[in-house]
Amino acid sequence: MINLSRLTIKSAREALKKNEFSAHELVETYLETIKEKDVDLFAFLEVFEDALEQADEADKKIANREDLPLLGIPMAIKDNMLIKDRRVTAGSKILENFFSPIDGTAIKKLKDAGAIIIGRTNMDEFAMGSSTENSAYGVTKNPYDPSRVAGGSSGGSAAAVAANFALAALGSDTGGSIRQPAAFCGVVGFKPTYGRVSRSGLIALGSSLDQIGPFTKTVGDTETIYNVLKGKDILDSTTIADETFPPKKKFSKTIGIPREFVNARGIDESVKKNFEEAVNKFKSLGYEVRDVELKYIKYSLAVYYIIMPAEASSNLARFDGVKYGLHKDGKTSIEDYFQTRGEGFGRETRRRIILGTYVLSSGYYDEYYGSALSLKKLITKELRDVFEEVDFILTPTTPTPAFKVGEKTKDPLSMYLADIFTVPANIAGVPSISIPSGLDGNLPLGIELTADLGREDNLFIAGKEFLGE
Amino acid sequence: MDKEQVRNLAKLARIELKDEEAENLTHEFEAILDYVGEVKEVTDNFTPPSSGGASKLTTDDTLRNVFREDSNPHETGIYTKAVLEQAPMKAGNYIKVKKIL
Repeated sequence: MINLSRLTIKSAREALKKNEFSAHELVETYLETIKEKDVDLFAFLEVFEDALEQADEADKKIANREDLPLLGIPMAIKDNMLIKDRRVTAGSKILENFFSPIDGTAIKKLKDAGAIIIGRTNMDEFAMGSSTENSAYGVTKNPYDPSRVAGGSSGGSAAAVAANFALAALGSDTGGSIRQPAAFCGVVGFKPTYGRVSRSGLIALGSSLDQIGPFTKTVGDTETIYNVLKGKDILDSTTIADETFPPKKKFSKTIGIPREFVNARGIDESVKKNFEEAVNKFKSLGYEVRDVELKYIKYSLAVYYIIMPAEASSNLARFDGVKYGLHKDGKTSIEDYFQTRGEGFGRETRRRIILGTYVLSSGYYDEYYGSALSLKKLITKELRDVFEEVDFILTPTTPTPAFKVGEKTKDPLSMYLADIFTVPANIAGVPSISIPSGLDGNLPLGIELTADLGREDNLFIAGKEFLGE
Repeated sequence: MDKEQVRNLAKLARIELKDEEAENLTHEFEAILDYVGEVKEVTDNFTPPSSGGASKLTTDDTLRNVFREDSNPHETGIYTKAVLEQAPMKAGNYIKVKKIL
């Protein structure tokens, strides 16, 4: 039996090459683990029946001495990415019977790199949430404590990696939807610079914020997947090339802490304590740590909850029961729209679409949306200026460890506050990584390193040093 | 924000809303808008060093066209079957909708 808990992409690739086990055996071991444990966790919406056939294909290539970065590596995919001929629901009833006619660019790149796509993972409907409780299909539980949430919106992907259901997973991060569940589940979660990974084939939430990224057990594995995924894509005009952001400073192992932001109300004592331990660890690794002043960063979440629903209300207008997805029949065509969307969308989705409609409506547009865009610029400028002095901003990833299932569902604002530390990176478009930083009791915690635009390389250096890779 | 306003917004967004949900949303929106409303206070009080008013912040001299040329279309019809398979109602090679006028 393969020991899955110790396995990484790197070690699995070596073992596959040396014929210590086959991709078939590896996938079989994952499928058995899923069968045994996913009944309690519900990380997967679907495990693909042909996973073993995919593994056999990989074994043939391995036998032919093909060397692809992800050859034979079983991966799980958040259910908002289009995989050809597979069902793709975005966690919503409105897409319950939708089958994708194409592979999204990220999926195509994974397949070309030899990855085995083992299944599609649960998520908050249309990636709207921080706990995967907004999925139309059920709640994903935290592998460390099933009475608690796995985080969200990519909760299924985070839980799948943490529970050894897959070696790695893809998620999407609009305001923290990769990093927050990664922290809750004790794995590495990474959001690249906006535009580094194509969004073609990703079901849109907030198009100016969305970015695809990996969940892995090590920073090295994250780097491997990022190198597969990144690059300009003709199908996504916001993608950027490698040289888009030339380095503004030489790497000097300096970390800035926005002290006022980190000490804000509502941050758990256990999180603060763990954070100080992480700071000391970085110091012992030779990093210079200093406080930095960021006046506007605390407004990121407010800016986010204007821009994201505004963009969502526009993006989700396409779900009309005409072209694809659920159709409810009314007396007239406009009644079809009302019934299809009223029944097909869940509560949080309806809430955000209506909120987005409000902030974009005549008379409120300037007050909310216009102000939010202005403030987004201030936040971005302030952050980018700080990155001329320090290589990283360091904060906890989340203000608390994983909360109880049901704890925040009645109060949307309290749920939104779970993203306080992750949202700034999406607002400014900068890359950000959550790294496991220990436990509070039996619950994982994470720290978050954020770097300047295009400075993924520095995040990988510091992340590896922190985890002793 | 009142219930009528919520109902009107739902109508604009083409979402059927039950009475109880409209009522709940009214309260939830009050809390959310109170929170996000702080953006307005900041931008109202912000004066960039060299120019006046927050509106200056929204003009961006780095904006450039990223659209590709509208050329080299794919062969007509190669995706039609796959796309039509997903349509709830169809007639031949068309998506079918109800009469509008």
